[in-house]
Amino acid sequence: MIGISRRGMMKAGAAAGVLAATGMPASAMGKRGGTLRVGLNGANTSDTWDGRTHSDAFMINAAHGCVFDCLTEVAADGTLKGELAESWEATADAKTWTFNLRQGVTFHNGKAFGADDVIESLGMHTAEDSKSAAKPIVSAISEMKKITDHQIQFTLAAGNADFPFLLSDYHILMFPAGMIEEAIQKGIGTGLYSVVSFEPGVRFVGKRVEDHYKGDTAGFFDSVEFIAINDSSARMNALMTGQVDVVNRVDFKTEPLMRANPNVEIFEVTGNQHFTFPMLTGSAPFDDVNVRKALKFGINRQEMVDKILLGHGAVGNDHPIGPANQYYAADLPQIEYDLDKAKFYMKEAGLDSLNVELSASDAAFTGAVDAAQLYQASAKGAGINIDVVQEPADGYWSNVWLKKPWCACYWSGRATEDWMFSTAYEAGVPWNDTGWENARFQELLLTARAELDSAKRSEMYTEMQMLMSTEGGTIVPMYANYVDAHSTKLANSGTIGNTFQMDGSRLAERWWFA
Amino acid sequence: MSSVLKIILQRLALGVLTLFIVSVVIFLAVNALPGDFAQSILGQGATPEAIAAIRKDLGLDQPLFTRYLTWLAGMLTGDLGVSFAQMNFQNSMGGGEMETVATQIAPRLYNTLWLAAVTAMIAVPVSIALGVLSALYRNSLFDRATNIFTLSSISSPEFFLAYILILFLAVLNPLLPSLSNIYDELSFAERFQRTLLPALTLTLVVTAHMMRMTRAAIINLLASPYIEMARLKGMSPIRVIVKHALPNALAPIINVIALNLAYLVTGVVVVEVVFVYPGIGQLFVDSVKIRDIPVVQACCLIFASAYVLLNLTADILSIISNPRLRHPK
Repeated sequence: MIGISRRGMMKAGAAAGVLAATGMPASAMGKRGGTLRVGLNGANTSDTWDGRTHSDAFMINAAHGCVFDCLTEVAADGTLKGELAESWEATADAKTWTFNLRQGVTFHNGKAFGADDVIESLGMHTAEDSKSAAKPIVSAISEMKKITDHQIQFTLAAGNADFPFLLSDYHILMFPAGMIEEAIQKGIGTGLYSVVSFEPGVRFVGKRVEDHYKGDTAGFFDSVEFIAINDSSARMNALMTGQVDVVNRVDFKTEPLMRANPNVEIFEVTGNQHFTFPMLTGSAPFDDVNVRKALKFGINRQEMVDKILLGHGAVGNDHPIGPANQYYAADLPQIEYDLDKAKFYMKEAGLDSLNVELSASDAAFTGAVDAAQLYQASAKGAGINIDVVQEPADGYWSNVWLKKPWCACYWSGRATEDWMFSTAYEAGVPWNDTGWENARFQELLLTARAELDSAKRSEMYTEMQMLMSTEGGTIVPMYANYVDAHSTKLANSGTIGNTFQMDGSRLAERWWFA
Repeated sequence: MSSVLKIILQRLALGVLTLFIVSVVIFLAVNALPGDFAQSILGQGATPEAIAAIRKDLGLDQPLFTRYLTWLAGMLTGDLGVSFAQMNFQNSMGGGEMETVATQIAPRLYNTLWLAAVTAMIAVPVSIALGVLSALYRNSLFDRATNIFTLSSISSPEFFLAYILILFLAVLNPLLPSLSNIYDELSFAERFQRTLLPALTLTLVVTAHMMRMTRAAIINLLASPYIEMARLKGMSPIRVIVKHALPNALAPIINVIALNLAYLVTGVVVVEVVFVYPGIGQLFVDSVKIRDIPVVQACCLIFASAYVLLNLTADILSIISNPRLRHPK
């Protein structure tokens, strides 16, 4: 065997890919011109410009990536910068935040952008029966006060150091106050591209806004055309035949063919999306920490990355924080596949053999059933007999997840540690799919949330990841890469964002024709 | 001609009955599928409260029978309703006008009919000509070659034919675009060019059936005494077939053509997906996936009407083409 870990290989590979994609190390500035044609999946006939409903690639790239802006933005290198907000500051308890808004910004219909737009746009998410995915973020604001037209003060119910980070979420788009309905219908935002034509589930065409506040530093295309291609072979074909310049979600099966095409480059990044096998720790046998530990050592994560993701991913370490998070603990000891240790913990639990059911369906993630079967085979040697129950894909999230004691699950990850932990691992939240009770973990979660000192937060989040990794109720076998492909006619700065596919969904803003 | 009129009226009445039965069956079938709209639209975010709220908003908490009657009542007044996706969106987000199922389907249906028309324009003349020629030169090399070619293309899955055509006409020889995303602003010529690849794929799929029927129907007639007579008069073989055999073979050929045209309207989902063609099939599949019953119902009624109407047309044409049926004693 070669002395390089698979993980190291992946990182080196990704870096090489980036270098190859740009040709030369970072030529910093792009040049204007041309029409960017993008083939995207995740388009639906029920799509609209309403940010609250966005959940899939097409609309996220079109709205968040082209037509609308947020208050803050995660740059390609993972740092937070202002988008419609210029700067912000917090009181020491991280409870009161003052945001200074950018001056001289106008919406595509000519209306000037100001504090009222922010207040009304945020209010969209807290309406009584709003089903917005960003509702938890916005409802944490107890008061919004307009100080001047371009300054606004938020008071939070409890301190949250991540607040500016959370406002970069792709659901929280800024709409013009007083005409939100019209803006949703026509797509009126402050983004780099204004809507020329939009057919839900079929196509979006945008035109570069002249005199945009981002000036010459972003938005290099004269126009963009997004084509909905949900079928993956058709999408790959479109790129190979030059009908589009870039596609998302490369089909791993045709990836070697694409690599062989000299006009096509693949770009991939490891972000936060991860697959999990959550156990309800309230029910036997998963209430025994030794059983959980035995299961953690009984899974061959590398094999899953190789066979389920065909190498397009990285092994997970049983906590939900990914490489795209600020405080990702990269140095945490990796749980290896070790049957002796698994047997040891089985003995600790007083068991010779263990029979457990693992419910899986491809609704959880593509290849979930296969992954469960690999798990079955790898754990067998430790006396753990996993019975893989194949569940129907329809109604999987309603009938299996959170209901069956052990199942397969998928998380796209969250931009901040606190958001991820408080979505699925805070005691009592509805999506807590393990019910794992650990007093220290819960305490750290609350302390870290209100802590503004970055070094201290890093320490706390590392400890939380450690706790989850060693004792937690979920198995995280792998992170799945975002794998996209582009024509060699396109160029970029050399740094590709990993918060979402397609360069953090901002490809139309950051790339250009070489 | 009054008898023809009577048949038309009878058949239309039967057609309405068929549509009614289809709507009941589809309604029950979609409801029998596991999961419902609320669950599929919420996905991982499904909490019991959210599911209950959506079901209540959309009337999914009502008994099956009530829901069907409500839909039927709307349908009878020409109102196909509003899709669940639209209604759910409007309920939770507020906002202006609702797009009805009818306005949602109309452009898609138009695209599907356009694709069917382009395909028919190519496939029907080609298959009849091939059928006549292979009847004329039956058992010759030409006949065999035509048969092998058309039979192998009908036996291959549609997506395979589609990719073969993409390979030869879009990748190796970039003559035609592999994407057929058509939209309003396209000129007629561009629209036609983009439709050509899916249309050719469909032509390969439907040709065998029509061509074989034409050939069989003609060969069947060639043994008749009146053809013998025509031959004895010294007519050329092509003239015998085109002037004497073909008119009498029209009835079965028309029937097969009608069946294939109906298929072009209803069964082209796979081809639409491969070429990213925004037709009704794609909409239909999307709607079944999220259990959007109003849209599924409307699509099924359109599909069923296509079959009913095309079969009716075929029957009437065969009656008109056959003097014995035209003037029954």
